Amino acid sequence: MVIATPEIMETRRAAPASASPPSAGKDTIVDIDHVDFFYGATQALNDITLAIEAKKVTAFIGPSGCGKSTLLRCLNRMNDLIEGTRVARGTIKIHGVDIYEPDVDVIELRKRVGMVFQKSNPFPKSIYENITYGLRLQGRSDKAKLDEVVEKSLRGAALWDEVKDRLHASGLGLSGGQQQRLCIARAIAVEPQIILMDEPCSALDPVATAKVEELIQELRSRFTIIIVTHNMQQAARCSDRTAFFYLGRLIEYADTRNIFTNPANPQTEAYVSGRFG
Amino acid sequence: MSTVSHIFRTPPGGVRRGERMVFWLFRGATYFVLLCGATVFLNIVIKGSHTVFKAEAPFINTTFLTQAPESLYIFEWEGKKREMGDREFRAFKEQNPAAAKVETESYVYSAGGIWPCIVGTVLLVVGSMTIALALGVSAAIYLNEYARDGAFIRFVRLAILNLAGVPSIVFGLFGFGMFVIYFGWNVSLLAGWFTLAFMVLPVVITASEESLKSVPKGFREGSLALGATKWQTIRKNVLPYALPGILTSSILGIARVAGETAPIMFTAAYVVRDKLPWDVEKFGDFFFQGVMALPYHIYVVSSKIPQNDYTERVQYGTAFVFLLLVALIATASIVLRSRLRNRYKW
Repeated sequence: MVIATPEIMETRRAAPASASPPSAGKDTIVDIDHVDFFYGATQALNDITLAIEAKKVTAFIGPSGCGKSTLLRCLNRMNDLIEGTRVARGTIKIHGVDIYEPDVDVIELRKRVGMVFQKSNPFPKSIYENITYGLRLQGRSDKAKLDEVVEKSLRGAALWDEVKDRLHASGLGLSGGQQQRLCIARAIAVEPQIILMDEPCSALDPVATAKVEELIQELRSRFTIIIVTHNMQQAARCSDRTAFFYLGRLIEYADTRNIFTNPANPQTEAYVSGRFG
Repeated sequence: MSTVSHIFRTPPGGVRRGERMVFWLFRGATYFVLLCGATVFLNIVIKGSHTVFKAEAPFINTTFLTQAPESLYIFEWEGKKREMGDREFRAFKEQNPAAAKVETESYVYSAGGIWPCIVGTVLLVVGSMTIALALGVSAAIYLNEYARDGAFIRFVRLAILNLAGVPSIVFGLFGFGMFVIYFGWNVSLLAGWFTLAFMVLPVVITASEESLKSVPKGFREGSLALGATKWQTIRKNVLPYALPGILTSSILGIARVAGETAPIMFTAAYVVRDKLPWDVEKFGDFFFQGVMALPYHIYVVSSKIPQNDYTERVQYGTAFVFLLLVALIATASIVLRSRLRNRYKW
């Protein structure tokens, strides 16, 4: 599988490329290498090394405050918005490019690494405008093309049949689950390669959750999905690989089946069996 | 019944009576405020409406609303008392040469109307609010979206708050020294615009910042996560939702800008001016002319000329029109605000 490397994220440091850790396999799209991360003086991530495979669903699990959301938000540099945060050590490479290098344009990064938030945040605009928001930013205004993308994205997010008759009604008129799927549709409309999901179902009821999980299964063939979740069953149901974090450290990272049936680490075992967390 | 003693009886002592007294104190204070407001408004509306409205068609005193102020001449002619404005009296004298020698009483500004004052006030409000909103919203965006919180920004905020407490006459003197004399703009619309704009800037900045703050963080994050730049995010996904709040603050600003006399008396207002503002030779002159304004006109007719039945008409009439005008501008902003609110609700 070949993923076209975008020009702007060209590998610049040709020589030390061989320094990439052995964990980085052929299908690795995100390569996190010995990362320490700080909020001011508080260390939130401690020596995280993790390689995420392309077109797989990777789940980050762990108790509150374990750093899983922090790590997720490092991947599209949303943490830049918070004052006093910094990656103190290590590198995060996407397509082999260190995304914290000064010549990386964070705007271009975020176009390729989309995000769905814990609290669904449709803009107070119409459904149509919500979906086309990202494309219009890029200067696309061809009506036929936009219409096409809206339909494709909404179908992709399994929302088309529910909203096709009211595309120009406000996105805030939808139910909670529909709003979250609208946010997913909005994220996939700009054709990212990676979609980060930060507890996308934590505010949804079981029926809406099931729909979003179903959607994740459908999206896995087109996108690399990284999902942070509090809900272990969710990780078990919909992810290929699972990383368990505890107190800012990566405790265990393996195939989801192994994590839940045969965890190597006693802490992981205690967490997935519900003895703490 | 009352002889039966049970546990839910009011215990002896004045506690409950005290409650009632406090309640009546507050209620009384509220009613007193209402009474004061009603007295002021009704006084102006009743006396003013005699000037602005009239009994026969078209029911509105068009002269008062569309003419410039003139002197009022009162004289006896053929046994009857006549009242005439300056121009009318001159025409009358041409027709009846004998009238030239008649004994007259005259009162300045008591005939004609207040049209140039209405025009001037509208121009001052529109211009100064445009400047205040452009500067104020920009500053609020900088403070709320771009600036990193630190000692300097806290100092800036403090300075803005202090600016709000500066008396308007001080703004007037500042505008006089800065714009009229130092910049050499003379008494002009431009000098008045900037003086008034500076006066309402603190209100506009503070309120704009508040309404920017009230836009949920999720809208900013969602937009940035889609690859929007900071400015794109602010322009498309923050500012539109903050506009209703910003407009609310500007409504308060409008009332102040329209109403203040002190800042314009040295910077923009003329006691009387024959030409209307658009009556200029070249476009550039438009900005460098003084105008008449309603609050200043009220000041002039109330304090610079003798008080009697004839002058009272123009005093109350002007005040009434002034109130109507401010109400009209405020209503327009409120309508605009509620339209925007309906468009963006969350």
